[in-house]
Amino acid sequence: MQKFLFLEHTGDAKFRAYGATLEEAFANAALALVSLMWDASKVADKKAYSVRIEGRDMEQLLSGFLEEILYLLDTKDFLLACVEKVRITRGRKSCFLKAVFRGDEISSAYEIFGEVKAVTYNEMEIQENNGAEVQVVVDL
Amino acid sequence: MEIKKINDTTWEIPRTGKMNVPVVFYSSARLLKLVHADRTLDQALNVACLPGIQRSAYIMPDAHQGYGFPIGGVAAFDADEGIVSPGGVGYDINCGVRLLKTEFMEEEVRDRREDLLAGFSREVPAGVGKGGAGRLNKKTLFEVCIRGAEWAVENGFGMEEDLLRTEEYGRMKGADPSILSQRAIERGIPQLGSLGAGNHFLEIQKVEKIYDAETAGVFGIRKTGQIMVMIHCGSRGLGHQVASDHIRLMENTFGIKGLPDRELINAPIQSDPGGRYFRAMTSAVNYAFANRQMIAHRVRRVFESVLSRSQGMDQVYDVCHNVAKFEDHEVNGRTKKVCIHRKGATRSFGPGRGEIPEVYRQVGQPVLIPGSMGTASYLLAGTSEAEKLSFGSTAHGAGRVMSRHQALRSFRGEKVKEDMKKKGIELRATSWKGVAEEAAPAYKDVDEVVRVSHEAGLGRLVARLVPVGVMKG
Repeated sequence: MQKFLFLEHTGDAKFRAYGATLEEAFANAALALVSLMWDASKVADKKAYSVRIEGRDMEQLLSGFLEEILYLLDTKDFLLACVEKVRITRGRKSCFLKAVFRGDEISSAYEIFGEVKAVTYNEMEIQENNGAEVQVVVDL
Repeated sequence: MEIKKINDTTWEIPRTGKMNVPVVFYSSARLLKLVHADRTLDQALNVACLPGIQRSAYIMPDAHQGYGFPIGGVAAFDADEGIVSPGGVGYDINCGVRLLKTEFMEEEVRDRREDLLAGFSREVPAGVGKGGAGRLNKKTLFEVCIRGAEWAVENGFGMEEDLLRTEEYGRMKGADPSILSQRAIERGIPQLGSLGAGNHFLEIQKVEKIYDAETAGVFGIRKTGQIMVMIHCGSRGLGHQVASDHIRLMENTFGIKGLPDRELINAPIQSDPGGRYFRAMTSAVNYAFANRQMIAHRVRRVFESVLSRSQGMDQVYDVCHNVAKFEDHEVNGRTKKVCIHRKGATRSFGPGRGEIPEVYRQVGQPVLIPGSMGTASYLLAGTSEAEKLSFGSTAHGAGRVMSRHQALRSFRGEKVKEDMKKKGIELRATSWKGVAEEAAPAYKDVDEVVRVSHEAGLGRLVARLVPVGVMKG
């Protein structure tokens, strides 16, 4: 199954990510995001970060989850290779996500070809029926 | 949607339905086709519906679809009854441009371009990640956020005169960094003094054409062939984090019901979340001023070490392309204070405005419009007319016409570099893919953008600058 697909967007980048579950679609959205900056398949598995995100709704959760990649890049020089153990739970007032980010630190061994400035809510979509699908526009 | 042509460079969408004001856009028959091809106009209509908006929602000639507000959009809100919106400023707060003049002529620099570019990449951290420009503590970061370029000059980066020739004199008032989240602080500390990546660049340019010798002279430009340096960057991760934090804060305070686009989230200016965003944004604005100030200093140092002198490398000006601020403008025949949002637009104040330094008060402020990688950039002068037409604003660049993915499919980085070399432009970049994404045909024709700006009266042409050496961030 295709993990993600980029759609036309003049100024920025728009993608859809797919999964059998919402968790898988979120993990694939993370891969789509990093594909704008580096080749995740070439990043070694040397470091791991456990992340916990909270959001008032699924959209905020998805945005917070993807922003976490940019935050770790900016503050820890962390290049994401893959996302594991994603768990999403819905509370009464908030949604929660736990996951493990695996990857390596920036070095001259890795080619970095772009920068994502931020994750936006513009045209964000989250669908769940017979699998899950999310759509995100990021600011470049 | 009804579109009324007013003249050859002006169109209007009259007020209907929920719109509080009409939409006015400055364009040309050619650029208009591009605006129609994406969601720019729909987004402008949404902006026209926001509470407290004054006169019109304005669209600049380089506009393209953004998120919430279009890029190349200008909107002013009543300072008491109006709103402030992070989406109306953008994620890269005070992304902007600084232009330095030099006393070098093209022939003196031509054979040393590679050395200069190598010097830039040694001295100016670029790319993604921590940046490695040095380590500040939180207290120093707060000082940077309050005092901006003034802090940088005091700490040995550049000259006092640079501050005179910077929008807001390099220090926008009203910053309160104690509002910044821990994350914004963590992202801001390691990245100060760094260029970033994407469309950010450091460029050695030569003056190719002078349209108005008198004004050019006031700006420090004497003749064609004169070497200039342009710096394009913003507030890095700190600014992005401020935008994300306050979008979230406003959502959690006001909810998202009734918003046609979640990125249009806003808060009354006079509310607590509105005020908090404004003071945090101002902190990021100052961070970006300090950032460009430090980079300018390092550029001068590189010139000194490669060409043995940096005398006469005075700053022409430093402008913001993404900002919100309070300004006095005429509305319904009366001067009133408004909160103006410029997202991908440049302030273009004409002669006499108190906000511009005395040296430029006779001719209008310098307006800096960078082209895309390998194409011309322009120096314009602000006009009094622009105050009536667009709250004193004009375009900010070329604006994309092609997505990055399409660009990647259409161009090869190696070929782009080769083509640039044939045109006499030396390029230094860390990634071929990155080069392909920024290839010139992926952007609108900047010549057409400034032509419209000039003809509409938003900013008048002073000089055309073409690149001879580019360091891509």
